[in-house]
Amino acid sequence: MAEFGALSSFLVAAVGLAVPLALAALGETVSERAGVINIGLEGSVIWGALGGALGALALGPYGGLAAGALAGGMAALVFAAFAVWLNTDQIITGTAVTIGSLGFTGAVFQSRFGATGLALELPTVPAWEVPLLAQIPVIGPAFFDQAVTAYLAYLLVPVLGWFLFRTRRGLSLRAVGESPEAANSAGVPVVRTRMLAVVFAGLTAGLAGAHLSLVHTGTFAENMSAGKGFIAIAVVVLGRWNPKGVVAAALFFGGAEALQFALQAVDADLPYPLFLALPYVLSLAALAGWFGRSRAPEGLGSAWPRG
Amino acid sequence: MSTRSHALTPALTAATALLATLAVAAALLALGGYPPGDAFAALFRGAFGTWDRFVSFTLVRATPLLLTGLAVALAFKARVWNIGAEGQLHAGALAAVAVAVALPGAPGLLVIPAALLAAAAAGALWASGPAAMKTGMGVGEVITTLLMNFVALFMAQFLVQGPLRESRGVFNQTDEIPPAAHLPDLIPGTRLHLGFLVGLLIAVALWLYLTRTPGGFRLRAVGASPRAAEVSGRFRAQPVVWLAFLASGAVAGLAGGVQVAGVTHRMYEGLSPGWGYTAIAVALLARLNPLAVVVTAIVFGALSAGGGAMQRDAGVPEVWVRGIEALVILAVLTVDRSWQALAGRGSRG
Repeated sequence: MAEFGALSSFLVAAVGLAVPLALAALGETVSERAGVINIGLEGSVIWGALGGALGALALGPYGGLAAGALAGGMAALVFAAFAVWLNTDQIITGTAVTIGSLGFTGAVFQSRFGATGLALELPTVPAWEVPLLAQIPVIGPAFFDQAVTAYLAYLLVPVLGWFLFRTRRGLSLRAVGESPEAANSAGVPVVRTRMLAVVFAGLTAGLAGAHLSLVHTGTFAENMSAGKGFIAIAVVVLGRWNPKGVVAAALFFGGAEALQFALQAVDADLPYPLFLALPYVLSLAALAGWFGRSRAPEGLGSAWPRG
Repeated sequence: MSTRSHALTPALTAATALLATLAVAAALLALGGYPPGDAFAALFRGAFGTWDRFVSFTLVRATPLLLTGLAVALAFKARVWNIGAEGQLHAGALAAVAVAVALPGAPGLLVIPAALLAAAAAGALWASGPAAMKTGMGVGEVITTLLMNFVALFMAQFLVQGPLRESRGVFNQTDEIPPAAHLPDLIPGTRLHLGFLVGLLIAVALWLYLTRTPGGFRLRAVGASPRAAEVSGRFRAQPVVWLAFLASGAVAGLAGGVQVAGVTHRMYEGLSPGWGYTAIAVALLARLNPLAVVVTAIVFGALSAGGGAMQRDAGVPEVWVRGIEALVILAVLTVDRSWQALAGRGSRG
């Protein structure tokens, strides 16, 4: 099994890094299918990380996960109040929510824990080993010996696929994303649908943030979201607004990041930033149609009522 | 967003938004247990307290925001949602350093224009991909320009760790550019460099272009309604979109070139603390008016310069400044919407 050792530890790292991306991107898929692009997703991730940390100190690690999801949902609610309810520009509003979230999470963190630079130690969420499946060589430990957040991400894939493409509400939601006018004429409540979709994305992005503080690191640091929310938006593009594609794309981004650590260990001179750039380049290629048709929802980013 | 002009003057909108921001920020500071008056006073002293604080800190920090703010304002005016100023700035900084380092013996009169032109060209080049995808394939520029930011960051990381790494090989940064390539001081005895003047000149030139020339009229027409511009049959929208994209990228690239030639004198990872994103707030608060961008860039430069003093003198962590920036954007959006609601829902812009 020794020859599998390196591959196996690479896969463990790749899946671990992919989980927060998958969670945030699966939520954002729903939001974008409803026609709302939330650049403020990064804000939900960092609030999720801080909410997770504070929640875990008060209620233990699982309470922390719930608090993180809730904090991410609150940040998304702020975004939705402006971008959907007040009908302000989605991009500018999202930028504001991201900037403000990075600032105010830092402010809350410093007022609670000081700016001493002493690392905060948090209770972490343990991994759950799935009986039998975890015994599969190589992929078993990578996919089936993870924290509960990973299993939630796996579960979301079929659930969201079913919801978006097999239910009436999913159809209505996609209609809102393709043409808010047509959906409105058909009696679909556009504003309410979009608000709910955005808040859902905030909850999963918050959970992604809590994963960063309570599973991945066991601590909180300012700006620890490090662009994960932005990356999730790229993941949605590469995954072509489809839950199955999105989770595969998240694995690909996670793999590229894990490869960086693996390569650094082998040979420090390898140009690993180029590996990190690769998923973004491929996302652009996907948008340019290199891998067949890839189209954003028609009404993505559009105001409602139309401006 | 609306590009329609209101009876409410832009200055009044901006002032209302700033007042609202101050009120909300004061409430939040009080909630966080800090006396808001002390915090604002310290911030103000840090930004405007002495001539040197104002010139060497506020104006120096306003310079990259001025240029990226102009870049964003120009693009948004044509309804080109360029979120990629951050990446274009990095491309520009890299190009300027590469050119300056490659011309070690050249006189300043040659190397400075060469470096700045290279920066502008690199910024335009970085914007050309998303521009081609928008005009040729109808792919929205919000996502593509955002993705290009990350490609630029990693490219910069790769270059400063590898091909452009300093010759002594200690830090992940480039060699210092030759002294001839340093931008001269604008005001002797201060740290303010020529880049600020470059920004001012571009602001005036852009304003003249937008308000006084047929090209500027076409750009504003496309921004007001791309379809109407096409249907009018007078001109095609696509070349206008290309122009706006490339010019916006060039000005953002110039911001990077000016920063390395005027302040840091070398390129390293994390050159920009997110100027390309703050620029969106700068441009928006200025209502996309190039002359007003000068004022709003100084406002945000002051926030950045005063943040340190606020932390030192009033004990308010500097990160609050980022929160205040966000409040400014949300306040502008809200004031804008409220005005439109007051003006009547039927004519909603």
